[in-house]
Amino acid sequence: MKNVSHDPEELARLEGLARAIRFELISISHRAQSAHLAGSLSCVDLLVALYWNRLRINPGQPGDPARDRLIFSKGHAISALYATLAKRGFFPGEELLQFNVEGGRLPEQPSPGCVPGVEWATGSLGHGLGVGLGMALASRIRRISYGVYVVMSDGECQEGSVWEAAMLAPRLGLGQLTVLVDFNKWQATARSNDVMAMEPLRAKWEAFGWETREIDGHNMGEITGALEAPRRSGVPLAIVAHTIKGRGVSFIEDDNNWHYRSPNAGEVEQARRELQIA
Amino acid sequence: MRNAFADEIFKLAGADERVVMLSADIGNRLFDKYKASYPGRFYNCGVAEANTVSLAAGLASCGLRPVCYTITPFITARCFEQIKVDICYHEMPVLIVGTGSGLSYASLGATHHSLDDLALMRSLPGMRVLAPADAMELRSCLRAALASDKPVYMRIGKKGEPVVFAEPPPFAFGKWTALSKGDAVHLLSTGNMLPVALEVAGSLAEKNRSAGVFSCASVKPLDEEVLRRVFGGDALVATIEEHGRVGGFGAAVAEWLADQPERPRARLLRFGTDDYYLHDAGEQEHARETYGISAGRITESVLRALETKR
Repeated sequence: MKNVSHDPEELARLEGLARAIRFELISISHRAQSAHLAGSLSCVDLLVALYWNRLRINPGQPGDPARDRLIFSKGHAISALYATLAKRGFFPGEELLQFNVEGGRLPEQPSPGCVPGVEWATGSLGHGLGVGLGMALASRIRRISYGVYVVMSDGECQEGSVWEAAMLAPRLGLGQLTVLVDFNKWQATARSNDVMAMEPLRAKWEAFGWETREIDGHNMGEITGALEAPRRSGVPLAIVAHTIKGRGVSFIEDDNNWHYRSPNAGEVEQARRELQIA
Repeated sequence: MRNAFADEIFKLAGADERVVMLSADIGNRLFDKYKASYPGRFYNCGVAEANTVSLAAGLASCGLRPVCYTITPFITARCFEQIKVDICYHEMPVLIVGTGSGLSYASLGATHHSLDDLALMRSLPGMRVLAPADAMELRSCLRAALASDKPVYMRIGKKGEPVVFAEPPPFAFGKWTALSKGDAVHLLSTGNMLPVALEVAGSLAEKNRSAGVFSCASVKPLDEEVLRRVFGGDALVATIEEHGRVGGFGAAVAEWLADQPERPRARLLRFGTDDYYLHDAGEQEHARETYGISAGRITESVLRALETKR
């Protein structure tokens, strides 16, 4: 992979992709009257950096045993992954019109293998990291080289199973494993740090034996930089990405009502202007 | 049974390099030979069963055949949702083995009893459930489980159980093994209760009542051919299990019975543990006696039912 964290042109291209995907999420939520829009918007930049600049994948060969794997563990925000995969060429973009349409293959939370590129059916929080550990360990046992990336929510870090996995990964020396925590500071009903003692989140991963990096999860230079910087051999990496729930649309940003509500036609138009979509 | 498990899984791991053992910190020295021979395919995942199961599913998704092994309540009830989502929903070829099942670890208290695992595991779509009777049947079940490409749960006992079969008997999912024929009662035994069922059959024979005995290692799927046959006759049918009467093997047979379009003639008796936890100290025999599933207590109940029938 080419290092792009200091390449303004490439970063601008990634930012443009992220804006387009954000507008896609607004449209999906409006059409399907679906929830979880804000948590989808918060992780878009992470997904764009991963899918366009990090993952060794070929949309034409989604089952390649040597592909990098991304487990999207915050399944409630799956529209962000669907839109990313469609834009990246895993399936036709028109199919996003079928989001949550009865009988379609894009459920509101993903089912196993629902569309090419979805590596795991998530939605119940706290599963993705353990599964990712298994995939990373399989890479060693089968002697096939690939990376495993797990995108998690901050609320998800309250699940005990996350820390079971976090305690084992360094012991197994799984250097091919990377966690990205979309730390948008909210969970379903409250500030995540008000519900449980989330902070200091980076120090928790560090204490569990992970190499850690802390970034602005909306700064494309920082995201790509954290992904491309050399890392310690045989040590899993946790990237704590500070994000804003609802990022990109002024009236959604940091307003947790948008964990549940969906935009009306007027709000879609305002979002279009703010995201500079023609 | 667990020594036979360790020996057989060692052999199977030698024959199939996809086999990976995951222990949740159990089996002290039991797997030394395995670990020495295949160090890259044995992992102690710690006292962390939920992660053990998710990790197994991740391994299986990449073409491996993981086996999750620890004490039954911890690898079934504790991580039930991981089994549901990561193994069964994704149809991953993972084998879950619960050791010390039923009342095998009676003296360790109800935390270590598993009288609900069959109920939990058979409720999961796509999960197949096995309960071998002895060390020999265990070997047959284990071979079949690893040859299958679907989720399997197998409950096994501890060590030193009586061995009934002289060699590993033929086994197939949905097929039970007949050990004897009888015309008064058919004893459908699952798991480690087979020696008890045989003892019951012996006691009944002394009273001139002949009992057919089946070892029903395949709890899900059931052997419907045998069920149709035994329920088509006049003899009593009794299920025997070291598991709760709610949701277990007998309950599965009762469900099958309720779904038959023609009401069969035979009456069903279900022997299993009742709806309470044990609180007092004691070994397996004491626990079975208390719950009414010792050979003596079952024989009494069967004889009573036969009297009533007349």
